[in-house]
Amino acid sequence: MKISVTVNGTRYERDVEPRTLLVHFLREDLGLTGTHVGCDTSYCGACTVLVDGRSVKSCTFLAVAADGAEITTVEGLAADGELHPVQEGFWERHGLQCGFCTPGMIMSSVALLEENPSPSEAEIRHALEGNLCRCTGYHNIVLAVQYAAAKLRGEQPPPADWEEVGA
Amino acid sequence: MSTTSVLGGIVRRREDPALVRGKGRYVDDVKFPGELAVAFVRSPFAHARITSIDTSAAAAMDGVHAVYTIDDVRHLGPVPAQVPIGTLRPLLADGTVHHVGEAVAMVVADDRYVAQDAAELVVVDYDPLPAVVDLEEALRDEVQAHEGKSNVLLTWHGQDWWPGVTDELVDPKPQIEEAKAREDTVVVSLRMTNQRLLPTMIEPRVTVANWNGGYGAFEIWSATQIPHALAGAIGKIFGLPSNKVRVVAPEVGGGFGAKLNIYPEDILCAFASQQLERPVRFVETRREAAVATIQGRGWVGTATLVGTRDGKILGYELEAICDMGAYSHNFTVAIPALGLFVAPGQYDIPTHYELHCVVTNLPTTDAYRGAGRPEAAYYLERIIDHYARTIGMDPAEVRKRNFWPPDAFPVTTSVGLTMDSGDYARNLDALLEWADYEGMKRRRDEARAEGRLVGVGLGTYVEVCGFGPSALAGLGFSWSEYGMPSAFNGSGVVRVNPDGTCTVIIGTGPSGQGHETTWSQIVAEELGIELDAIEVLHGDTAESPFGVGTFGSRSLAVDGTAAFEAASRVRAKAAKIAAHLLEAAPEDIRFADGGAHVAGSPDKAVTWGEIATSAYQPHTLPEGMEGGLEATAVFSPPNATWPFGAHLAMVEVDPDTGNVEILEYWAMDDCGNVVNPMIVAGQIHGGIAQGIGQAMFEHAVYDEDGNLLSAALMDYPMPTAGDLPSFKLNRTTTPTDVNPLGVKGIGEAGTIGSAQTIVNAVVDALAPLGIEHVDMPLRPRAVWEAIQKARG
Repeated sequence: MKISVTVNGTRYERDVEPRTLLVHFLREDLGLTGTHVGCDTSYCGACTVLVDGRSVKSCTFLAVAADGAEITTVEGLAADGELHPVQEGFWERHGLQCGFCTPGMIMSSVALLEENPSPSEAEIRHALEGNLCRCTGYHNIVLAVQYAAAKLRGEQPPPADWEEVGA
Repeated sequence: MSTTSVLGGIVRRREDPALVRGKGRYVDDVKFPGELAVAFVRSPFAHARITSIDTSAAAAMDGVHAVYTIDDVRHLGPVPAQVPIGTLRPLLADGTVHHVGEAVAMVVADDRYVAQDAAELVVVDYDPLPAVVDLEEALRDEVQAHEGKSNVLLTWHGQDWWPGVTDELVDPKPQIEEAKAREDTVVVSLRMTNQRLLPTMIEPRVTVANWNGGYGAFEIWSATQIPHALAGAIGKIFGLPSNKVRVVAPEVGGGFGAKLNIYPEDILCAFASQQLERPVRFVETRREAAVATIQGRGWVGTATLVGTRDGKILGYELEAICDMGAYSHNFTVAIPALGLFVAPGQYDIPTHYELHCVVTNLPTTDAYRGAGRPEAAYYLERIIDHYARTIGMDPAEVRKRNFWPPDAFPVTTSVGLTMDSGDYARNLDALLEWADYEGMKRRRDEARAEGRLVGVGLGTYVEVCGFGPSALAGLGFSWSEYGMPSAFNGSGVVRVNPDGTCTVIIGTGPSGQGHETTWSQIVAEELGIELDAIEVLHGDTAESPFGVGTFGSRSLAVDGTAAFEAASRVRAKAAKIAAHLLEAAPEDIRFADGGAHVAGSPDKAVTWGEIATSAYQPHTLPEGMEGGLEATAVFSPPNATWPFGAHLAMVEVDPDTGNVEILEYWAMDDCGNVVNPMIVAGQIHGGIAQGIGQAMFEHAVYDEDGNLLSAALMDYPMPTAGDLPSFKLNRTTTPTDVNPLGVKGIGEAGTIGSAQTIVNAVVDALAPLGIEHVDMPLRPRAVWEAIQKARG
């Protein structure tokens, strides 16, 4: 089937097999390998992208269903070489280790902060329940989102609790 | 927030700019022209004879290049193992399947969609056999998981196989029996399960093998913790010298021990690539990961402790059955032995272990974060808590009365191993004071008075890691089947390039631990060079010195030390060159701020660029000095390292639902010197989360026929952000002299310290109801049922 999608601002016309998953279309047809596959059941969230501004798990979303849509992947966040505040927060607050869940985690965080610019810790944790991370225990992911939220509000991000440690 | 330097400083990770942009390069992001994809036909039975396999319809399908069964690959032998005790795994099922998910046939096709379609067309007839799933049934050995073979592989109770263990060790068993027989002692006992777990790294396994018949060489990209072992194994299996197999492990999306194995899929991709002269890729699905990747833990056992009424422990015993699964992989039967190594924990107590390693018709168990040590810490710390409650003493006080005192180190424990350093009472006191333990107990008691079920739990641990000692390999851990030397060394290359930048090459590779940043900090500190001038290469066997692998919290203590020593040698040579250029004595040369200067004369200075330029123009060097500016170091540790710590949790149980909420989690860990406190904190956070995952959520559940009922992530609830609290971390610092950096290891500590801390807290919350133990995972239903039973 012929589809037309706009990904990270670039328009693509492609012929795809109807059963092609959006994540495979992004990774293999467009070469955008930042979106990862961690499961195949919409559970882990590593494949999260924004479709028309809403976070979507692209491992259980058909490419043909994205016909006509605007898609943002992790590669599309940084503007003019500047990291998006959420990307910067993950770096500043050690919100990633192996980095495999990170693109999906970042996209879900972007979607959260667009909806709620001042989330509480509980709201951040709840919003990210659909994105699994095996490395960080989520502690620093929460700090990363708090950092990004502060930056996006034009405020000074709070310090990380691990900056002053040592009995 | 970040400092420019270095040892002990918080430095933002050098790995991250690529990873947060989605530019990280994982195995499945790197494609070769002409790639083929594979899919596997896997057994639906835990134990069955294969009566026929019909591959004809699959082979005839458009886009299918080959369908292989064991008859095609039997000559390659089984999957190699480091500890080859038990039945090794055939590459594909050979006549009989021994667990659900065992690979029976492999389809190679144009892409994964076609390969999956074709795999559906392979017809396999099975004649089911009785399956051994229950551990006690396995131990009885009446039904055998492998026909004609005993289920019991061996029983660990030894004291005499670690380097340096002497014949003078006293057998603790008679002492323990004598203490039990005394009238003035208390004997407590609990039967406890340490359930099976799925490692669940978010990147499943992935391998692409590319045979080039022209060069007679393999290039294999694999998400592995042991690239050199994979290269060696492939070389040995296919009859190639080691320098004809290149393995690259680029970014690896988590490992946790599960990628510390060679798997049949790796070898089969290489075989198919050689047969078809095309690159062949295997990408594991999540459901496959649940049945075809190794699993963790799986012990059931009874811990018994004897002590006086005033808190002096006189003996500790554990008898447990440990589930090996159907086949032995890399370390399988050695994992329980790692528990034995730390059986007495932080305590000077006679300790006796009997661990029966049994085969079942379930997937193989092997190293999963902590590997034997979380099990050991769990049994010990649970039974000590039970003892404390029985004699009516504060659990912190009981522990303190039995710790090894700091002036006793080095100590040889009851199981015969020598721990070089430790200061347990200082560590625990620091935790109790920092977390306000007395206040916490007061708040618990106030909540109890209101009828709430609030509990406080404490757990301590000592970990053995940083493997080493180098000679460990001579004592049952052999790398020979991987075509590797049997030694637990670290190795590193440090090269100052002609432009004054620096390249560090390590034979191992990280799977999220931040090695690039940490090795950069070590080398920057030693050379006085800017962090940004350093590039770290890892995980590529073609370019790196020989590396054993990333596991057992060993990288910093062993490979990091090798990087340090290589840097020291480069520095020594650079000092001579700088002295020559500055007309000074080498011993007066100091390195800082990107160059060298003469002590006391900061203006008499040269940059690293000038030193390097000279080094690569030998006519400018001192008479007789060889050109170049690089060094290779091999570090052979004389002992393992022994980190330790104490964790404390406060929880509340909802009596109506059984739901457990973690109100507070405090950890005081001691991993010796710290290179990057931010990375250390991250390792502890993740470790604690995995321990809490075991304590409260995760369980690989099998039915009596050996079917995994929790294969999908929906049914295997690893913790989400909403399940966990933020953690409060702190540390004491007790350096080791096993390596010149004084570092110990932190990758597994959080996991080893946390499960028992949570269970102790929950049992403390339930103690007013008379509940003495609830088995993990403490999901609401298990806790609710315990409450209902206690209330009659």
